[in-house]
Amino acid sequence: MSLGNIFDIAGSGMTAQSLRLNTTASNIANAETASSSTDQTYRARKPVFAAIQQSMLNPSQQGMAFGNDDGPGAGVRVEGIVESNAELQMRYEPDHPAANEDGYVFYPNVNVVEEMADMMSSSRSFQMNVDIMNSAKSMMQRILTLGQQ
Amino acid sequence: MAISLDKALGIHQHALEGRVKRAEVLANNLANADTPGYKARDVDFQAMMQKAQDSMSGFGMTRTHESHMDTSPMGADSELLYRVPHQPSVDGNTVDAQQEQTRFMRNAMDYQASFQFLDGKVSGIKKALSGQ
Repeated sequence: MSLGNIFDIAGSGMTAQSLRLNTTASNIANAETASSSTDQTYRARKPVFAAIQQSMLNPSQQGMAFGNDDGPGAGVRVEGIVESNAELQMRYEPDHPAANEDGYVFYPNVNVVEEMADMMSSSRSFQMNVDIMNSAKSMMQRILTLGQQ
Repeated sequence: MAISLDKALGIHQHALEGRVKRAEVLANNLANADTPGYKARDVDFQAMMQKAQDSMSGFGMTRTHESHMDTSPMGADSELLYRVPHQPSVDGNTVDAQQEQTRFMRNAMDYQASFQFLDGKVSGIKKALSGQ
């Protein structure tokens, strides 16, 4: 029964969104982590999402004469986490313990406002996936009561 | 006359199956609401029901080889189409989360309706069998 697939799909969405929430939390927590060189400074991290196709799950069905369509899909996966290439903030703070010989410290390229918006977006998407899962659950429970009355 | 349980339940079992398939497609759209380049999809429910009706009337084809085209009502993905976006985003994603969620809810309601019909059929059969 393909109702079970909905659980997998919504579950994959929840995993992806919670990972996105995780990177956001990490970015915000490290927003003020200063360091003395550019390569040691924390950079904002972003997950990259990609759709899962059903043909990836069942390789045996690939290459069929007419079944070349990808099917309804099987959720979302996180392809990787990339670091932002935006410019780091260089501030002149000679009193900072991590200041370099010229008196500069480097702050991460985390945009806190952007991260907050991202956080709201991902928690909404997470909720949406939970709603889907609840609907699928009640649909499944109904089908179990078929012919009982 | 032999009793055929398949025919006794009518179109409703196929409708229910179609609703489940549509729920799956819509759930996948929602899961990929933030995936760059993902194109929202939906099923052509009417075509699906038409196929179901054709197969019920006995003109359906049977597959004797795995590379034959799947013409069963719910098997083929030929009814799986791409949605025309109202407002595509810059990253190529065409999912409108609110619309998809509304469709999902409506589909769940339609599922319940089909379920009620099917349940009515089943209880009708039960009544007929018990002779009340």
